[in-house]
Amino acid sequence: MIPASYFFFLSIILFVLGIIAFFIKRDLITQFMAVEIMLNAANLAFIALAKSHHFVDAQVIVFFIITVAAAEAAIGLAIILLIFRQKKSIKTEEISSMKG
Amino acid sequence: MAIFLFFLLSSVCVGAVLGMILSKNQAYSALFLVLAFTCLGGLFGLIGAPFMAVVQIIIYAGAIMVLFIFVIMMINLREGLSSEKKKWTIAFSVVLALVLLLELVLASKGASLGQSPEGSVSPKEIGQLLFTKYLYPFEITSVLIIAALVGAIVLVKKKEKE
Repeated sequence: MIPASYFFFLSIILFVLGIIAFFIKRDLITQFMAVEIMLNAANLAFIALAKSHHFVDAQVIVFFIITVAAAEAAIGLAIILLIFRQKKSIKTEEISSMKG
Repeated sequence: MAIFLFFLLSSVCVGAVLGMILSKNQAYSALFLVLAFTCLGGLFGLIGAPFMAVVQIIIYAGAIMVLFIFVIMMINLREGLSSEKKKWTIAFSVVLALVLLLELVLASKGASLGQSPEGSVSPKEIGQLLFTKYLYPFEITSVLIIAALVGAIVLVKKKEKE
């Protein structure tokens, strides 16, 4: 049986990779994908810890996290589409004004 | 056998995330991310959460990434975006990320990660929990999904000419 700490370390690596992607990338869509990677790393850590403590409720909570992530993806992509219509660009350095 | 599968899936997953970071084209990034999420689904199955594995593959690798690819198609950038603007920002962010990695590893040293017990959680158990103890959060989630759908449609809808 694989120790739960392996899964935990994998989730740490994925989270750090998500943060690197968020800071290196310069367009909204890829940064949004980086946020999804971080959410998934959190899910993996949740399930690994739940497994090592035999706590079934955590899987229900991960289910809720996934549904909230789906809702967040729909709204976030709609906002990105709106920004693209107004600015004709999704590069973050060109979106610097506060007034829409 | 299980440990071999774990290392295979996790290395493919980390490699796919690296490919997503390194590729210039957003559509390729999205496809790499589908691969990474599918591998994560396999890992969920390996750790004894078959229901979460199926949910991960259907919702994340299926629905959410299809949404991403649709939006990438609608935006349809002709020229690829150059990811790096200044070299030192990349170096700085990588150094900061490594510091964070070290910090997280040191912090998780103290976590009590005992031997995981055998066996997996059946979907039946999750369903029972979902419809007894977590009934209200479940219903509220459905309201949230409706609100998100309506909000997304209202946001993206083109305004009629007055």
